[in-house]
Amino acid sequence: MSVSYYVVLAAALFTIGAVGVLIRRNAIVLFMCIELMLNAANLTLVTFSRINGTLDGQIMAFFVMVVAAAEVVVGLAIIMTIFRTRRSANVDEANLLKY
Amino acid sequence: MGSNVHFAAATGWLSTFWLLIAIPLASAAALLLLGRRADRWGHWLGVTSVAASFGLAVSYFFALRGVDERSAELRLFDFIDVGGLKVDIGLLLDPLSVVFVLLVTGVGALIHAYAVGYMAHDPGRRRFFAYFNLFVAAMLLLVLGNNYVMLYVGWEGVGLASYLLIAFWYAKPAAATAGKKAFLMNRVGDAGFVIAIFLMFATLGSVNFDDVSNGVGALATGTATVLGLLLLLGACGKSGQFPLQTWLPDAMEGPTPVSALIHAATMVTAGVYLIARSHPIFDAAPDAQTAVICVGAATLLIGAIIGCAKDDIKRILAYSTVSQIGYMFLAVGLGGVAYALGLIHLLAHGFFKAGLFLGAGSVMHSMNDQTDIRRFGGLWKPMKITWVTTGLGYLALIGIPPLSGFFTKEPIIGAAFDHAGWLGAVVGGAALLGAGLTAFYMTRLFVLTFHGPRRWTPDVGQPHESPPVMTVPLIALALGSLAAGALMMTSVVDWLTPVFGEHAESSEHWLITGATMAVTLTGVGLALVLFRKGTETEEQPAGILVTAARRNLYADAVNETIFEMPGKYLTRALVFLDNRGIDGLVNGLAAAVGGGSGRLRRLQTGYVRSYAMSILAGAVLVVVAMLAVTLG
Amino acid sequence: MSLALETLAQSTVPTGEVVTFWILAPIALACALGMVLARNAVHSALFLVVTMLCLGVFYMVQAGPFLGFVQIIVYTGAIMMLFLFVLMLVGRDSAEAVIEVLRGQRIAAVVLGGGLAALLGTGAVRALRATTATGLEAANADGNVQAIAQLLFTRYVFAFEVTSALLITAAVGAMVLAHVTRPKAERVGQTARMLARFAPGGSPAPKPGPGVFATSNSIATPALLPDGTPAERSISAVVPTRDLTPEEAAPKGTQGNQEGQQ
Repeated sequence: MSVSYYVVLAAALFTIGAVGVLIRRNAIVLFMCIELMLNAANLTLVTFSRINGTLDGQIMAFFVMVVAAAEVVVGLAIIMTIFRTRRSANVDEANLLKY
Repeated sequence: MGSNVHFAAATGWLSTFWLLIAIPLASAAALLLLGRRADRWGHWLGVTSVAASFGLAVSYFFALRGVDERSAELRLFDFIDVGGLKVDIGLLLDPLSVVFVLLVTGVGALIHAYAVGYMAHDPGRRRFFAYFNLFVAAMLLLVLGNNYVMLYVGWEGVGLASYLLIAFWYAKPAAATAGKKAFLMNRVGDAGFVIAIFLMFATLGSVNFDDVSNGVGALATGTATVLGLLLLLGACGKSGQFPLQTWLPDAMEGPTPVSALIHAATMVTAGVYLIARSHPIFDAAPDAQTAVICVGAATLLIGAIIGCAKDDIKRILAYSTVSQIGYMFLAVGLGGVAYALGLIHLLAHGFFKAGLFLGAGSVMHSMNDQTDIRRFGGLWKPMKITWVTTGLGYLALIGIPPLSGFFTKEPIIGAAFDHAGWLGAVVGGAALLGAGLTAFYMTRLFVLTFHGPRRWTPDVGQPHESPPVMTVPLIALALGSLAAGALMMTSVVDWLTPVFGEHAESSEHWLITGATMAVTLTGVGLALVLFRKGTETEEQPAGILVTAARRNLYADAVNETIFEMPGKYLTRALVFLDNRGIDGLVNGLAAAVGGGSGRLRRLQTGYVRSYAMSILAGAVLVVVAMLAVTLG
Repeated sequence: MSLALETLAQSTVPTGEVVTFWILAPIALACALGMVLARNAVHSALFLVVTMLCLGVFYMVQAGPFLGFVQIIVYTGAIMMLFLFVLMLVGRDSAEAVIEVLRGQRIAAVVLGGGLAALLGTGAVRALRATTATGLEAANADGNVQAIAQLLFTRYVFAFEVTSALLITAAVGAMVLAHVTRPKAERVGQTARMLARFAPGGSPAPKPGPGVFATSNSIATPALLPDGTPAERSISAVVPTRDLTPEEAAPKGTQGNQEGQQ
């Protein structure tokens, strides 16, 4: 086994997250899938950091976490607002913005 | 002829001469920004700021006398610094500019004081003084800049102030139109000036006065001529010279102090300043000098002829201004010693013409704002001070010794006759004829206004003398035109020597002096004979020449036919082309895009997940492409 | 088995790490799949927690103890709890709408996802096959936290400061979004509220709590009025009314003797 296995695992997790975004309809689960994709990206960053022998990759992963935290706060607030007005967390029902 | 001009850096007290500009500018800003709060005392702030500038100017004048180079240059900070172009916010105080500064601030302070009385009943008096101070600041910037770009900034500043003040009573359609006309005609000249600045930078690499003066000798004569002609175009626009003279008489729609300060004493002489300041260029381009001479001679005759036929007191004075600036152009065009002659005529003219305008304002003030000299008459009795001061200005203008006009105008006529070749004889004759016409129309104006039977309209009532705040400036200006003449002939010429260089004294020509006096007296006599008994109060049918003069020698009609009509037709053709051709093309394209979009917009389903699907598909494509490139 | 041994023999990483990887990677993958496939959103969240914990361990194993703990404490501890919190507030109808409105979305998603995974996997394997990790021993010589702090406050200090602005913005944004402003005209004052309460049709007494004198103490069970009918206004509008099963509806002997004897 070499470190590339981590990258393959990250690719698999990323794909699962992406597919989840496409097939789930609950806004919160959608959000969780996005978090999973971010985490997969973090795993590659940490692995690359190890391959290169410098800590910059870990720093990047750290910043990704910070941004993800900010994103979650705002995203969940948006979901709350949508829920308050539409009584539903189903993303397919929020489809007014179209042709 | 390579000259070597160098300006000394300003030191000591002289290094503060930027205050000259800053004080009126700050006052203008305060008056504009404070709004109604300054209504009660704003006019006094305006007067004080200009008077303070005058006091400073006097101190700088004496400080400059102590400097050997007779110049002080002040580079305040960078203005433009791109590539090879480097322009400073720089100021230059030399004999030429200090003379102008004294004229602008001195006459300006008097006219400001006068305006306090003249505008006393106008609700917009604070706004008026704000614009007036703005004008003084811009005019000082114009004469104090040390490069052509600074001069241009001031040039446009006075143009703006002039526009604002001509159209001061903007509710009056005539005033609004006159402001617009002045602005547009000035634009024509300004275009020439700005191209000249471009050309200077292209050929000389600098726009500073010293660099241009030193470098112009190395230019090809053709380039120097083009440069001179472009500068002349700019000067013609600002100074109301042929063929751009028609805006100046219309500018009399503004308040009378504006006519006195801007359109008689200072701003319109900026063209003369420009040519005098650029004298190395004109020295290097004899053809451009000839053009200046011709413009000056033609304008002085045009102004004098039209002045004879007009009945509106301010318009007569306006055409008289056009004519007198023609004399100045003639003088600076002749070059050599005549530069100084043109400038002293400018200074003397600044005094007596401002005095005449203020006198006219005083008359209008008591005659219910009427301007028609056919409805005046016999005013010497109720308005003694105005009568005497206007009379002194009048005598100075027509050149009766020992008043200033005699010492300044007569040498110009002499210098014109001194010019070589047939041109000298022609322009000299024109100048001589102009002197006679000047005497005629000014006598007509003076006699019809102050003497003869009273032809007042019934609504006038009892005319009265103006308040002291107006008469004191009148007296001061009259004293100026009385005393300044001899002073100017001697010391001012010496004072300007560092700028224009030494020149041999022109020969004494008592013959020409005699001829001038004879022509002048003939004009006076003719006018006295014709108008001693008054005149008709309505316009009478007249011959071709008088009718043409009444119509401004058809200059407006010519402008309309040559410039306005083709423009109108061109505009109509363009509108047609625009509506049918370009709009058709554009609308067709828009319809095509719109139709296509109507189909495409069905892609916008509103479902976030289908958008996400497109993003993923795109990401897969990108990954495929990357792998193909790196591994394939 | 032989495959595993072979793998161990060829490994360029320590044996302990190999073992950890082969134990945790399948768990992480399975939980990720479980998160996507779970019907119930709460289950999804819990599956995701497990995946994230596994990732945290991977970070630690890969010489990133700081990140590993941040992952566990901040991500699984704080952020996932926030998810659960909002889920409890919002997503109680955990069963999604079964109807898929977008035709072919599932098939396309699976096909595209599979393609993406294959591409990324082959790309990564081909690119990294011959790579040996430099390892972070040198970089972590003074300790991982110290080394990260060193970088964070020197080279990345500007980015670090910018993230603080981002976080503040996010906090303010969340407050703005969550805050409900009513126009002044719509606000009901104390006087008006009291008048409405005592007006005919209003109820001066406090609202009855749910489950009071009902057959169940669930908040989804309405209170019973004196005449035995359920009081709809005793339950929250958000909470759906529950249909009680017969044994739930049966008396439990908690409501006093008379009812027990009936």
